[in-house]
Amino acid sequence: MTALLKVENLRIELTTRDGVAPVIDDLSLELNAGETLSFVGESGCGKSMTALAIMGLLPEKVGRVASGTILFDGEDLTKADDARLREIRGNDISMIFQEPMTSLNPVYTIGEQIAEVLRRHQNLSAKAAWSKATELLDAVRIPNPSARVNDYPHQMSGGQRQRVMIAIALACEPKILIADEPTTALDVTVQAQIFDLLRDLGRQTGTATILITHDMGAVAEMAERMIVMYAGRKAEDGPVEQVIEHPRHPYTKGLIACVPHLMASLSDDRPELVEVTGIVPGLRSFGKDACLFASRCDRADAQCRSQRPPEMPFANGQNSACWQAADL
Amino acid sequence: MIEKNKKKAPLLNAENLTVRFPVKRGGMFARKAFLYAVDDISFSVQRGETLAIVGESGSGKTTAALAVARLVAAHAGKVQLGEHDFLNLRDEALRKARAKVQFIFQDPYASLNPRLRAEAIVREPLDSLDVGLPSKRQKIVDNLFKAVGLRPEQQRLFPHQFSGGQRQRIGIARALSTQPELVICDEPVSALDVAVQAQILNLLRRLQKEMGLTYLFISHDLGVVQHMCDSVAVMYMGKIVEHADRKSLFNNPLHPYTSALLSAVPSVDKKRREATKRILIPGDPPDPIDPPKGCRFANRCPVAQPICREKEPPLRAIQPSHTVACHLVDDRGQSPLN
Repeated sequence: MTALLKVENLRIELTTRDGVAPVIDDLSLELNAGETLSFVGESGCGKSMTALAIMGLLPEKVGRVASGTILFDGEDLTKADDARLREIRGNDISMIFQEPMTSLNPVYTIGEQIAEVLRRHQNLSAKAAWSKATELLDAVRIPNPSARVNDYPHQMSGGQRQRVMIAIALACEPKILIADEPTTALDVTVQAQIFDLLRDLGRQTGTATILITHDMGAVAEMAERMIVMYAGRKAEDGPVEQVIEHPRHPYTKGLIACVPHLMASLSDDRPELVEVTGIVPGLRSFGKDACLFASRCDRADAQCRSQRPPEMPFANGQNSACWQAADL
Repeated sequence: MIEKNKKKAPLLNAENLTVRFPVKRGGMFARKAFLYAVDDISFSVQRGETLAIVGESGSGKTTAALAVARLVAAHAGKVQLGEHDFLNLRDEALRKARAKVQFIFQDPYASLNPRLRAEAIVREPLDSLDVGLPSKRQKIVDNLFKAVGLRPEQQRLFPHQFSGGQRQRIGIARALSTQPELVICDEPVSALDVAVQAQILNLLRRLQKEMGLTYLFISHDLGVVQHMCDSVAVMYMGKIVEHADRKSLFNNPLHPYTSALLSAVPSVDKKRREATKRILIPGDPPDPIDPPKGCRFANRCPVAQPICREKEPPLRAIQPSHTVACHLVDDRGQSPLN
């Protein structure tokens, strides 16, 4: 089976005041039809940038694909022109964002906003698009859809707005849905509803999902495979269960241990949380021939500081870009 | 004996606290309507301990905290802070007592004055509340910088020169400057990156131990709450629906809403994922301006009975340290979901 999306040796450069920085540095990944892949990492590690590159939405004049390919169904998106990308966006690949508040247009009803996608991409008539919009609202479990379709975004709660975003994103039954922190702004019970919805719809339509998040719990519940990003590079990737049970990169380990998780049994003693000291390095250090995590890693040695670690593959499908991955 | 009693007395005791906001509705002659953001809640915090208030957005947890600190006016109720009847203090007595209650805010980007240097930010409460001798204040600031893990030379910097985590450290230093007894932490880590959260949470716990601080900890993140608290109050639509010590609440939640909330938290622990049955609560909370007559959770509750829609359930004690407001919890403490 060939992958639905295949990113190879992608390098994205961002022009800043300090010069050109590789915000994505030699990233390769594959996404198969129907699967959920998760990107994890702190802010500034390149998760969203990867998503924007796939969508062809890199910030104009500032960001560009310097090398590498993004193959979608065999077509290289880095070489596609704007017209072709517009055809693909919303139709074959669509995206939902963190802030359901700011992603909807406040002066159009939600029905108009859903119908717009259908008319633009599927050439439906106004009437057909409208009735499909109502169906979609029903599919994302908004009660009383035929009335709510006339509502404006401000008349809905945060969770409902995110459902509308999902309805818009899934209107054309895309092959890939990119969800960038889709529940970060929402309450946990609403998050649970949205996750259920995404899972069910994914199953029904066979849409592959890229879930960008910083919440390891969400990854564990939602995704089959995960990629841990650090400073524009892949730190580790592999099947979710294996990576969480036995991380092969100190950064992954830190990300899991630094968060107080709800566990099956609650212990009386509460040991201090593991701290990942320091913060993600500034763009200036991106692209150095060294492990960029070395400054925050307590295992770092001279080799880590002077040579970029290659990706080390393990038999169970895990890969880790750490010189000491085998010992972890 | 007296000594012992004193130790046992709670530092903070809020009784029947109510906060309401007027809402505009209809035309000029429309009936005046109020939104009861906090509706007749009572809780107490023991000295040196942490009470967490959890709940979803709009549940009233932040408003309750603001009312305790007198940053919004309470419509009714009483807040006993040590020996002070805090809500009825005036003038100089109030200013003195204010030094004993300090706030750590959620957003370290919005809660620091961008035009003041870090040292001035930390010093400000000392000057405005007139704590200690002016000549000693610089020394206090020096010590605070050390206590929160900032370097002395960073005192001269402006907020924009710090990272998010460092800013939150400044916010903590400012809150501790007046030697408060009660520190209200309103979502202190939710604006921070995951790796930085651990640093701040560890710092808060360390400071609590060293300085004997009492925390009122507001959070929607149940993992963080579980790590930080000694007891928990769960709020839903302005009401406390369950109040228990840490272990009882997390191991034996009684209110269906608490159970639903806990079951909605995604976990990395495979055992927990397998053991937890997800309790789905459909829809959104009802209109807070016009809350339903009975239990406010009834319309989303998976086990609601007719009585739940009729009569509001009172908070009652199942164990000395475990109270719940649900008709369907029996006196032996069986959750209606079992």
